[in-house]
Amino acid sequence: MEGDVVQMGAYIGAGLACTGMGGAAVGVGHVVGNFLSGALRNPSAAGGQTATMFIGIAFSEALGIFSFLVALLLMFAV
Amino acid sequence: MATEAHGAEGGALELVFHPMDQFIVKPLFGDGQVGMFTITNVTLWMGLTILAIVGLLVLGTSGRATIPSRIQSIAELAYGFIRKMVEDVAGKDALPYFPYIMTLFIFIVFANFLGLLPMAFTTTSHIAVTAVMAMMVFLTVTILGFVKNGAGFLSLFWISAAPLPLRPILALIEIISYFVRPVSHSIRLAGNMMAGHAVIKVFAAFAPMILIGWIGVIVTPLSIIAITAIYALEVLVAFIQAYVFTILTCVYLKDALHPHH
Repeated sequence: MEGDVVQMGAYIGAGLACTGMGGAAVGVGHVVGNFLSGALRNPSAAGGQTATMFIGIAFSEALGIFSFLVALLLMFAV
Repeated sequence: MATEAHGAEGGALELVFHPMDQFIVKPLFGDGQVGMFTITNVTLWMGLTILAIVGLLVLGTSGRATIPSRIQSIAELAYGFIRKMVEDVAGKDALPYFPYIMTLFIFIVFANFLGLLPMAFTTTSHIAVTAVMAMMVFLTVTILGFVKNGAGFLSLFWISAAPLPLRPILALIEIISYFVRPVSHSIRLAGNMMAGHAVIKVFAAFAPMILIGWIGVIVTPLSIIAITAIYALEVLVAFIQAYVFTILTCVYLKDALHPHH
């Protein structure tokens, strides 16, 4: 019985950890949106900054990945 | 991952399968245990990846034509693309490390794209595979930083542009984020590949619903359209994740070569 409760808590926690995806989505959208609004103002400078945009995406996505990691740990390690 | 049994619930749902089944590592010959030297489907698909790379980069450029053939210009484009990325992001003095970065990019991009073939096994969807690559990058970069800069490499964590009282707190944050790098570096690639393929399989599980009732008339076409759309997205993601992995390697390399902010 106690083990079942722990299991239930772990599954609920894994599901809740998925809300972290929303944060990552907001972050990535913000990065790309701002890049685009800057790029449309000065298209000639945009080409050189694409790599910077991808680095920004990668960093903001990293924090969403940690929620995925927490979900994985709850599913398979707890 | 999905090791537990998950059979069909009833007679009509025989077609149901688990979306994580595609990631099971199994021996190629027989049904024995997977040991250290067992030839598994991972071995097969990694071998195919290497063969495809050899086909493009060695056989494709063996003609050494002045006017390149189609396959030779693809190889030259890939070479020039990565070389420019290393030069732009990590600087000119990072060019001696270009072969390593080129190797990483080509391997990941080929593994990702071969994994998109139907019935294929995606080797990069396993954290074990990507973690080895990310740990190698992390160790290389850390050792390189200390060899090139000595103790000066530690100035990466001591941000002299910040006000003095803030610096210890920033140093703590910087150190944590430095050691988290291999984790996020590896899980980003593995997670993206795994999630994309699992989503395709989830929709694929809805596709045969036309066999069990009238609801399938709506669900089956919708899920087939969804599979197609997500597959197109995955083609994009396969390239972008390889690109992101490579560009982050370049960023880490730049930190090692020029630790002063």
